[in-house]
Amino acid sequence: MNISLILIILLVGALVTFLVGDKLASKVALFFGIAAFGSSLVLLSHFNAGENLDFISKWISKPNISFALKADGLSLAMLLLTTALTPIIIFCSFGNDYKNSKSFYSLILFMAFAMAGTFLAGDGLLYYIFWELSLIPIYFIALLWGNGDDEERKKAVVKFFIYTLAGSLFMLVAFVYLYQKAGSLLIEDLYALDLSSSEQLWIFMAFFLAYAIKIPIIPFHTWQAKVYQKAPTVGTMLLSGVMLKMGLYSIIRWQLPIAPLAAKNYMFVLITLGIAGVIYGSIVALRQKDLKKLLAYSSLAHVGLIAAGAYTLTLDGLRGAVLQMIAHGFVVVGLFFVAEIIFRRYETRNISEMGGIRSQSPKFTSMFMILVLASVALPTTFNFVGEFTVLYSLSQINVWLAIFGGTTIILGAYYMLKMFQHVMLGETNTKIFADVTLNETITMVIIVAVLFFFGMYPKPITDLITPSLETILNTINK
Amino acid sequence: MNTLIAIIGLGVLTLILEIFNLRKTIVPVTIIGLLAVLALNISEFGSVGNYYNNMIVVTKFSSVFSSLFIILTIFLVALSHNFYENHQSKLSDFIAIKVFLLSGAVVMVSFGNLSMYFLGIEVLSISLYILAASNRLNIKSNEAGMKYFLMGSFASAIILFGICLIYGAMGSFDITEISEMSHSAELPIWFPIGIAMVTIGMLFKIAAVPFHFWAPDVYEGSPALTTATMSTLAKVVAMATLYKLLSAMNADISPAFQIIIVIISIASMTVGNIMALKQANVKRMLAFSGISHAGFMLMALLSLSTSASSLLYYASAYSLAGIAAFSVLLYVCKNRDNEDIVNFHGLGKTNPLLAAILTGALLSMAGIPIFSGFFAKLVLFNQTIHTGYLIVVIAAVINSIISVGYYFKLILAMYSKEPNETRTGTPVLIYGVAVVAIVLNIVLGLFPSFVLDLLG
Repeated sequence: MNISLILIILLVGALVTFLVGDKLASKVALFFGIAAFGSSLVLLSHFNAGENLDFISKWISKPNISFALKADGLSLAMLLLTTALTPIIIFCSFGNDYKNSKSFYSLILFMAFAMAGTFLAGDGLLYYIFWELSLIPIYFIALLWGNGDDEERKKAVVKFFIYTLAGSLFMLVAFVYLYQKAGSLLIEDLYALDLSSSEQLWIFMAFFLAYAIKIPIIPFHTWQAKVYQKAPTVGTMLLSGVMLKMGLYSIIRWQLPIAPLAAKNYMFVLITLGIAGVIYGSIVALRQKDLKKLLAYSSLAHVGLIAAGAYTLTLDGLRGAVLQMIAHGFVVVGLFFVAEIIFRRYETRNISEMGGIRSQSPKFTSMFMILVLASVALPTTFNFVGEFTVLYSLSQINVWLAIFGGTTIILGAYYMLKMFQHVMLGETNTKIFADVTLNETITMVIIVAVLFFFGMYPKPITDLITPSLETILNTINK
Repeated sequence: MNTLIAIIGLGVLTLILEIFNLRKTIVPVTIIGLLAVLALNISEFGSVGNYYNNMIVVTKFSSVFSSLFIILTIFLVALSHNFYENHQSKLSDFIAIKVFLLSGAVVMVSFGNLSMYFLGIEVLSISLYILAASNRLNIKSNEAGMKYFLMGSFASAIILFGICLIYGAMGSFDITEISEMSHSAELPIWFPIGIAMVTIGMLFKIAAVPFHFWAPDVYEGSPALTTATMSTLAKVVAMATLYKLLSAMNADISPAFQIIIVIISIASMTVGNIMALKQANVKRMLAFSGISHAGFMLMALLSLSTSASSLLYYASAYSLAGIAAFSVLLYVCKNRDNEDIVNFHGLGKTNPLLAAILTGALLSMAGIPIFSGFFAKLVLFNQTIHTGYLIVVIAAVINSIISVGYYFKLILAMYSKEPNETRTGTPVLIYGVAVVAIVLNIVLGLFPSFVLDLLG
């Protein structure tokens, strides 16, 4: 049994979804999403039993490129995040009618395929191909099914595409350069490379450009808020829940072990950039009137902290970053789903036009409250585990970093609760808020359950990722 | 050699078919004939031979590139069926000219003697002059033909002068002899001057900056199918010829040569892309994008001894994407008096298949993975960094980013604008060519080794 099974399921799923036609597309997509999740659980149990899931086969002889998939704990954790969120995201969309839905759902599965590939690839070029491939579906999803004014949306989406492509092309140059040095792009060969510190710096910068744009880290974030706002909610979920994790994962998997010297020399700058994102994102989020934009900026703040954690180059920092990546993935999908639920009833994303929902739908209110509290890292939620570990690792470097990084919790609590107050509480709105449907309840309960379960018992995930993070740290410190 | 004879025979046959009133069979017969020639050519892949006192030298390089040219011609002939629907009486002429053009192309990559090289280039160019002006009653087409003829013959004259200087320096037209002599320490000054002049002439045919001024007008004025021929087949032929010529004459010995190529390559990419950004006419936009692709292909000349397979791969990827793009353009702009981007509005709704094909072709040209355009860029970058010209690669990367701007303008127009009118009819051959070309492009992307290993 090997790991390429997941990729095949997702790719075939995308094809079949496209072929079955508009009526069945959503259900078929959901089926394949769940199938991929199920098989990744099976693969996980095989992995835990000590089986080697790696897959490698020669692809191009000259230049020497292999189709190599590498399944260690870190990759599997990210794969599980992708395959778990994909069916949830598809299920979220069940309340909406999308025109040409066969293409829509097929693109979602194709995107899941590309993202899963990015997390599994064990060869630089293969990794790059998956990385770029994931850009095409989200471009069309955001462009064709997005909301708001056409011209504005087009501008935002094209800017996003050119921006991210620009970043990744420099990464490609870095890979070509590395290929000249190593004669292969297999991750083991790249880890074994001995590069001078100036070479490392250039390669680090090239990677950084790609990742900083994708994540995004300040000052490369300008594309984000508009795209999150204009994309359909499903697209926003894919972008914020999984796609930006590609950048964070790549920092840990590719950037740090290949160019560790540069990472060490510029550690302080990098962490500061991350924390600048925390503060900037939180402050801008305070002023937002659009619910989706507010969530976008809050996401900017959270990923800034994750990036800072990864750049500490300590085991705690890396572990906290990975935990927080997974936690943030679930929370942000949940929060964007809340925004969508409200939009379905009120046809608006403007916070000032909401209010008084609590008395009409207490069930929805309590679930939303849990999500808000999870996003500000209340103890017993999954996010607390991640953010606390990251902050702890920052305090090991310099206590001021931890203090500034901690503003994510303080400011976060402020703007999230303020938002909650305006959206849910206050005078009973004249507009009727129909109670949440069964489908919506199921989705939210699943997300809330995951957040609580791993908040109280994160051991399965830490056990899964720690060995591979230790290997990576050994490479960094070799 | 057999390939060449067969191609010329086929050209004559198309003319004879017209005489015997078999006009309807011309396109199918030519396609089948070219397929047979392709098979013949592939069956002779391994064999190397000299013919007629080294006038023609068949090598692996020449037969592989000839195969590419034959494949492209098959596509172009297939597209002719629909394109010349309203000019049935001229069909045989146009098809025959395309086949003769192919024979010129084959000569250009398999010459063993500079006089043969010049013959090849003239056969190719004269066919193109005729095709450019072939829409006789259209003033723009006349203008294009005239411009192309004047500029082209000027370039041919420069090439001829260069050949004379090379002959003056070396005392021979024979490529192998010149190649051997060029290693000697004392070379007359006429030799490098001659090479420079030949190179200038070829850069003109490729439309590299600063010899590109004819290209946009000629591309725009010519009938769309001729533009397709010029920007795919003719460009690739000229590129392969220049490569063969320069590597035979060991032009890379001189350091000045490298610097010149670096400058021209970067200039072509940049100027082509920046001009393309502003175009509203799709044909003109593709012309400028072709100029920038010429700049990319010129990167292959920086490492003459090893980059034959990279050049082949880039040429295949680019021309297949070009054929796919042009066949969609032929469908969309049929019976229109211009090729403005407005015509493409809403194609994603009215004709999703062709819109998807054009999207694929443009993504390939932009270098997005899994399309072969990505691997083409990758192997070229790899080659160039290996030779030590990181600066060119960085310029190329920046240009790739710029190019996304105008490729996506067209994609946006297809998917996010409302269709202005419906198009009817499903020309089978256009669909066929578009599908086959894009599928071949993707197959090359999935299995790049297939082409990359051809030239060792």
